[in-house]
Amino acid sequence: MLSISRALHEKIVEHARKDHPDEACGVIAGPVGSDQPVRFIPMQNAERSPTFYRFDSLEQLRVWREMDDNDEEAVVIYHSHTATQAYPSRTDISYASEPQAHYVLVSTRDEAQTEFRSYRIIDGEVTEEPVTVTE
Amino acid sequence: MAIEVRIPTILRTYTGGAKSVEGSGATLDELLLNLDTAHGGLRDRLVDGEKLRRFVNVYLNDEDVRFLGGLETPVKDGDTVTVLPAVAGGAF
Repeated sequence: MLSISRALHEKIVEHARKDHPDEACGVIAGPVGSDQPVRFIPMQNAERSPTFYRFDSLEQLRVWREMDDNDEEAVVIYHSHTATQAYPSRTDISYASEPQAHYVLVSTRDEAQTEFRSYRIIDGEVTEEPVTVTE
Repeated sequence: MAIEVRIPTILRTYTGGAKSVEGSGATLDELLLNLDTAHGGLRDRLVDGEKLRRFVNVYLNDEDVRFLGGLETPVKDGDTVTVLPAVAGGAF
């Protein structure tokens, strides 16, 4: 289950809407082992593409080092799909390499409503999980 | 000669759980071959044939080795090599 504050939920949705039609991506860091998303870190999509995303490699190094210094880990890794459903694609699954992370997928294909779903992706297996938005 | 190599979570199965291992070599290629003797299979996760795999980021100190010399990047005692799987994906 993903438990996430309304404020963080909205930040993800806003980021996805702002970058549409390019895919938006980012991380929410939290204390190691806490499973609590705390610190919102929007990332550049180095691909700047409507169908692909990739963290800029040097930005990723900076953020990963920062998390390590802060005893944090990536609790949420999010990205948006701009014309397809909010479900992990084949490439999403093959590149998922943070087993502790909640992979949040947002779809901005419909202007009126944003789909927001969360998954665990471990050893190539996708399991959808419920999302609880806390106040 | 000791070069520290920082290992991401998913590759720690090759290092007995260690976050960081040491190796030696004059280039990144030699270093990875050296590490593979103690941690068999690790190199194959980073190298495909003669090149570094596309969706793995390897850094020498603060730089991405793609902008240095790839596998031919010279390394030396006291350097730190960091490996991070790329975070990527998309619609398909």
